[in-house]
Amino acid sequence: MSTGNMNLTLKIWRQKSSKTNGKLVDYKLSEISPDMSFLEMFDVLNEELISKGDEPVVFDHDCREGICGACSMYINGRPHGPKEGVTTCQLHMRSFKDGDTIVVEPWRAKAFPVIKDLTVDRTAFDRVIAAGGFISVNTGNAQDANNLPIPKVQADSAFEAAACIGCGACVATCKNASAMLFVSAKISQLAQLPQGQPERYRRVQSMVAQMDAEGFGNCTNTGACEAECPKGISLENIARMNRDFLSSKFVSEESI
Amino acid sequence: MASFGNAFSSSIGKKLIMGITGLFLISFLAVHCFINALIFVNDGGLTFNLGAHFMATNWFIRAMEVVLMAGLLAHIIQGLRLVFQNQAARPVKYAVVDGAANSKWYSRSMGLLGTILLIFLIVHLSDFWVVSRFTGIPTVDANDHENLFAVMVARFQTPWVVILYVLAMASLCYHLLHGFASAFQTLGWNHKKYTPLIKAFGVWYSIIISILFAIMPVAIYAGFIK
Repeated sequence: MSTGNMNLTLKIWRQKSSKTNGKLVDYKLSEISPDMSFLEMFDVLNEELISKGDEPVVFDHDCREGICGACSMYINGRPHGPKEGVTTCQLHMRSFKDGDTIVVEPWRAKAFPVIKDLTVDRTAFDRVIAAGGFISVNTGNAQDANNLPIPKVQADSAFEAAACIGCGACVATCKNASAMLFVSAKISQLAQLPQGQPERYRRVQSMVAQMDAEGFGNCTNTGACEAECPKGISLENIARMNRDFLSSKFVSEESI
Repeated sequence: MASFGNAFSSSIGKKLIMGITGLFLISFLAVHCFINALIFVNDGGLTFNLGAHFMATNWFIRAMEVVLMAGLLAHIIQGLRLVFQNQAARPVKYAVVDGAANSKWYSRSMGLLGTILLIFLIVHLSDFWVVSRFTGIPTVDANDHENLFAVMVARFQTPWVVILYVLAMASLCYHLLHGFASAFQTLGWNHKKYTPLIKAFGVWYSIIISILFAIMPVAIYAGFIK
């Protein structure tokens, strides 16, 4: 890995397990290249810690190309750091200055307990999806393309909602730790397509109920989630979810 | 069996209560502001007292007063509950939060702004509502209407009362700047054609209502309205 000229002070949240209290620990890093990604900078730190016999910092990462949603660092008070529309793995050290102090914390929410250091348990999202984020399809051969006519605008809108990678930045940045942007994206990607109609109103009731059961906070429409979402998921999805939820409760005769 | 279930107790239901009561209170503010603005006729309060007399005697307004108090209570209680529930949703706080990077400070401070308004409301209701409904307005004007205007003029001779009212109206302005458009979003009324109009109207509404209310005590204290 190329060396560079950046000297940094890192304040990183270290926590042994969900049962212990954590604290911010200072680390000095020198000769960091501005071309490194934020996670590569962490790799350098961990190499140093390992060679010194210290325990490396545990953090989530997988694809490192901004599409898997695994990385989850709260950097200087913002999820995925200072840049817009990127995940932590796509954030580069050139976005910081030589001599900077960088504070790195895990996502913080009751529904996202810390497993270790910067890794949190996001299985609450999986349980919300399992509660209703599916459609019924017939077995057999796949249908011909365009068998079901879907207007382009609607297909695009559903696709934009489907861009959600489930990273949890919306929960992390929301002052209420609300998961409504995530849940509304997962509802909207199905609610706008014909395939999603049979379960539409049951789905919104089940997924909202599971979201509440997981202990996420209540949305107060601050819009922070939309601003910080690396995939640009829109608040329109939350309005659509609200609409579908209210329809399901006050218009539909079906209830879960 | 079909039922409304958790329609109001779910996270979306709680928003719904805030949104509906909020919009109702916004409509009340417009009526309240219009009646109060009658003091600007500056005829010794005769027109204003006529308006106040109508509000105090019309059966529909009296019935709505009960709805208003219920709506106000629901908005306050639900709002306070939401503040505590939402704080509990993040038991360990962040060391560093850069809130300004992604949202407006007043959107993040609705609980604080609401609490300032609640304190103001206690003073305001005991100043005027308790007097006009319970303890009684002491004098009548030339038209033999209860002279609420005189009560108002007397109250706004004290500097700290005027300052409190002006500060509360600043809080109201920011509370509405978030609340107006937010209520529509909660009801699911997010639309590419209408939402920009709602947002723009909400900004104008918040500023105009708050300034109109704020200049009333100031104008009386300064002696422009007699």
